[in-house]
Amino acid sequence: MKWHVLRPLWVAIGIVASILIARMFFVPDDFGVHGESFTYGYYRLSNVQEWRDFPIKYQGREYCIECHEENVQALNSSPHVNIECENCHGPGAGHPDDVEHLPLNTSRELCLRCHADLDYPNGGRTLVPSIDNRRHGRRRDCVQCHYPHDPREDVE
Amino acid sequence: MTCSRRDFLKGVMDRALVATLPVSAFVLLSNDEARAAVEGSKVRWAFLVDTRTCTGCGLCVTACKTENEIPFDAPVTRTWVERYVLTKDGETHIDSPLGGRDGFIDDKIRDEEIDPEDIAKAFFVPKLCNQCDNPACVQVCPVGATYQTDDGVVLIDRDWCIGCGYCIMACPYGVRFFHPEERVADKCNFCYHRISNGMQPACVESCAFGARQLANLEDPDDPVTRIIMTERVAVLKDEYGTNPNVFYLGLDASVR
Repeated sequence: MKWHVLRPLWVAIGIVASILIARMFFVPDDFGVHGESFTYGYYRLSNVQEWRDFPIKYQGREYCIECHEENVQALNSSPHVNIECENCHGPGAGHPDDVEHLPLNTSRELCLRCHADLDYPNGGRTLVPSIDNRRHGRRRDCVQCHYPHDPREDVE
Repeated sequence: MTCSRRDFLKGVMDRALVATLPVSAFVLLSNDEARAAVEGSKVRWAFLVDTRTCTGCGLCVTACKTENEIPFDAPVTRTWVERYVLTKDGETHIDSPLGGRDGFIDDKIRDEEIDPEDIAKAFFVPKLCNQCDNPACVQVCPVGATYQTDDGVVLIDRDWCIGCGYCIMACPYGVRFFHPEERVADKCNFCYHRISNGMQPACVESCAFGARQLANLEDPDDPVTRIIMTERVAVLKDEYGTNPNVFYLGLDASVR
């Protein structure tokens, strides 16, 4: 073969070699096939730990009870027992050290999520006591009359 | 007493072999331990949704968006709640405003008033990533940025994703979206950071009606796994062969 034919071949080989060398630097060591399958298990292994370290926001009522025992006890013995504190009070991460006041939601719309009567013959909404949003309460916030930690009690 | 060289060497070899056997080789494994030793991962996360008790409050969507840092007002969400209203004339009315983020407090569906007398049935269907056994979204990823972990959850490597969007188109359930701030594909991962640290997913914890539950299919004593194994459950779009791991109680045939 003549030299002028071979010359572009060397250029091509050089490009491929440089890509392979660059790949050695850019692809992390833990990138490869993990587990049984190449189709589903070809990834960077350390990313699993990165997701495990994602910051947790909602702490659960076991965290709240450490300081607010009275309120949690009231909630636990009320029909609202299944509602988490943080559903209304906002996520507790960083409270009380960094976040002094949690973003408490006392809006009428929050209560209506469960207690608005949609006039359906069946389904989950019919399992909850409900009000006619257009007639009951005249658009005031529910918590002005009803005590949210135990809705059987009125607000003093 | 005579001892040939052959017998002596044989005796030494036998005793040396016995001496090297670890004591642990004789420990009897319980059934669970033996299964763990053979199968490797002891966890296979799955999910149970009860459409009969879901009230459509949407607190799961609010909690999910906050927990997973999904922009609150952007029209994207990792989980959402659909409302189905089936009228007596055979029509199906479906809506999910903002993914059900603010709940369903109005009986209008897409500005359409439906006479309560005409309604045959009405219910809510929460949806989330199915963490399929055969995830189509993972197969199409050209760079290996999305993958299946040992415990069955499909994750996305945000550093590796190039944002091409193939996976968003490949998912038959439409659970993937483009994260407007991270500029990568995103989807529900059962709150992997919470379930890996012994907590419940944010949506499960925020649900007051037990309509959402997490299960470990590898644990036969898990009460939720027992429900999945013994009750009549259904999955979405079974015909796609993805083998989804979100199971539904009381799923209606009209749910797509």
